[in-house]
Amino acid sequence: MTAKRWRMLWLGAALVALGGAATLVLRAFESNLVFFYSPTQVAAQQAPTTRAFRVGGLVQQGSVQRAGAGSGLQVSFVVTDGAHHVPVRYSGMLPDLFREGKGVVAQGTLAADGWFVAQQVLAKHDENYMPPEAAAALQAAGAATRTQVASQP
Amino acid sequence: MIVELGHLAISVALAASVALAVLGLGGAARHDAAWMRFAPRLVVVQAATVTLAFAALTWAFVHTDFSVALVAGYAHSALPLVYRYTAVWGNHEGSMLLWVWVLAGWTLAVAWRTRGASLVQRARVLGVMGLIGVGFLAFLLFTSNPFLRAWPVPADGQGMNPLLQDPGMVWHPPLLYMGYVGLVVAFAYTVAGLLQGELGSAWARAIRPWTLVAWAFLTVGIALGSFWAYYELGWGGWWFWDPVENASFMPWLVATALLHSAAMADARGSFRLWTALLALLGFALALLGTFIVRSGVLSSVHAFASDPGRGLFILVFLALVVGGALALYAWRAPTVGVGASFQGWSREGLLFGQTLLLMVAAASVLLGTLYPMLLDAMGLGKLSVGPPYFEAVFVPLMLLVMLLMVPGPVLAWRRAAGRAPWRAWMVVAGLAVGAATAVVWWVPGASWATWGGLALAAWLTFGVAQHMVQWWRQRLPASARWRALRGAKGGMWLAHLGVAVFALGVAAVSTWGHEQDVRLRPGQAIAVGNVELRFDGITMAPGPNYFAVRARLPMQQHGQTVTTLEPERRLYLANGQTMTEVAIDRSLWRDVYVALGESLGNDAFAFRVHHKPLVNWIWLGCLMMALGGLMAAFDRRAALPPAQAA
Repeated sequence: MTAKRWRMLWLGAALVALGGAATLVLRAFESNLVFFYSPTQVAAQQAPTTRAFRVGGLVQQGSVQRAGAGSGLQVSFVVTDGAHHVPVRYSGMLPDLFREGKGVVAQGTLAADGWFVAQQVLAKHDENYMPPEAAAALQAAGAATRTQVASQP
Repeated sequence: MIVELGHLAISVALAASVALAVLGLGGAARHDAAWMRFAPRLVVVQAATVTLAFAALTWAFVHTDFSVALVAGYAHSALPLVYRYTAVWGNHEGSMLLWVWVLAGWTLAVAWRTRGASLVQRARVLGVMGLIGVGFLAFLLFTSNPFLRAWPVPADGQGMNPLLQDPGMVWHPPLLYMGYVGLVVAFAYTVAGLLQGELGSAWARAIRPWTLVAWAFLTVGIALGSFWAYYELGWGGWWFWDPVENASFMPWLVATALLHSAAMADARGSFRLWTALLALLGFALALLGTFIVRSGVLSSVHAFASDPGRGLFILVFLALVVGGALALYAWRAPTVGVGASFQGWSREGLLFGQTLLLMVAAASVLLGTLYPMLLDAMGLGKLSVGPPYFEAVFVPLMLLVMLLMVPGPVLAWRRAAGRAPWRAWMVVAGLAVGAATAVVWWVPGASWATWGGLALAAWLTFGVAQHMVQWWRQRLPASARWRALRGAKGGMWLAHLGVAVFALGVAAVSTWGHEQDVRLRPGQAIAVGNVELRFDGITMAPGPNYFAVRARLPMQQHGQTVTTLEPERRLYLANGQTMTEVAIDRSLWRDVYVALGESLGNDAFAFRVHHKPLVNWIWLGCLMMALGGLMAAFDRRAALPPAQAA
């Protein structure tokens, strides 16, 4: 084969590979986007019912309930943005900094009974730190005051 | 007083950097030998003053001088001494000072190693590094000054984030920065070469060892971060495709492509433009990573206090540096020549394909990292990109790279038609497929991806072994053998075997790793792999600056107690933060990993228990890669020529 034909072949293979890679990338990308919704948006039925999404806000005071002894690690709590609430079910260990009255972001799906079934409750790294999604949700609902967000030392 | 001295020192360092950039680049442009000769002295001034500033800040932290706002914000009187040292970079300002210190160190090293190089090249390279120094010192001084005083002086500091009170904090940030910032050397050489209008063999020879050293540091830095996240965060994962991890991983991918491409450029004179582009992009991504991590656009343990002014500063600097360098490339590239030609089926051809794959991988990571940030910045909604995206894209690309890693180093240069050891490769492929099939057959739970990963790891291992045997049969003199083994060739083999070890670890832990969240009362037990953990109960344990609840879990195998795992939950007194301290029984073959969760009442506690087969191979593989890189970097053939007449 001549050098020129080799080059054409090589170029063609590179184009096919790049095209394949791009298709692979964009398909995987599209199906793995996880959108964020505030409790208000969930209440307005803007959140998807078929795919996973994130919901965030504050853990409502007094809403955390562990299932009784003998059962597993089921826990339920309510996420609020001040205007609306979303009840959340989760099974497993909660992150270290999960507290009532503090910011939280949960990822999961909306069940038919109106509960949000979380696969993951996101950990924060710092006590004073508020997940930006949760902060935005609070602001949007007009419930975010600086004292609430950053009072505890 | 000492603090003001530090403040003064960074001001002097900024002035020295400005002078270095002007005298170095200006002197080269005006052919002014006096200017160019003076440039290295400014490098010494810069390094000395930045070192002084770093020492001053360290002094303030060690003596917990709470009149310094930064110390009050990130230290505490009860903080153990070792963490007072690490607290220096456990915050935004100090971490930027570390960045600048590392940059000054690399600049000094370049000035020292280029004593014998041509005056013009040396002045240009140091000038470009000075220019980068100007940007970061100005950033430090005007937006992130670590030496500002606070009034009134608080009685005590706010303490350090408990997550950072760990030995990982001693090594991870400095090593990572050594790697990140080290990519500036190849960048500076390339910009200097483009300014000169010549990317010759001297350029290719020069950037290779620097890139290798920086890459080795980056590898260890990233691996340490992963290792730390694994035991500190209590989730048992070793990589989360978190934007901060991606920020360091993208430069690594480009640097990996760069060091191979530079080796080609050095050995054959080919790939010059591609190598130059990779050198520019590598440092550009390092800067982008700094922006992502340091600007406050991200929520993570790496982002400290955020300030929009800082983000804007880095973004503008990033645009200037990267835009300027790429514009220079577009302008000058046509004049520097393309280098020697080659055919697709040759060592160059395969290597080019592999660097291309690495760049596609880097681009896909970039897409997944930047897209959510852009969307958020434009107010179009909040979203995140899940790890499955990265895995779906990344794993096939890397498997392809591994497939090419066996023929790549063996093929002849330029054109290899008909001269490849096909029969040996058939044997290697047969062995690899057989080994992978046998493992998948005997150990249940494997998928096609596992089989692919195992087969390619085996293919790479046996391929390297075959290459070594073939090389040994050449009957070179013992001294030549020894030189090659401890140099570039041995380094390559070790690093490539490291990739195989890494891939085996990933395949095993993602296939056979097991995680469960359980509720245990004292006396209850749980089976993990082939051992059993029994929860004996809780004890209280005070620490230096925290109070811990500690669980006792004897680990039993065949009815014998082998060891006792004692995971803790710590309450840090300075800020009331709770932290999980996991307990791990490590071995080469598997980790048993226990994290203690919250109290569930009635003496019961939540536990997270993992069984992680071959997980340590992941980091072992990274260490092998880094060590191989260092061996190649210090190969006498690859190292800079000794001092010649200037």
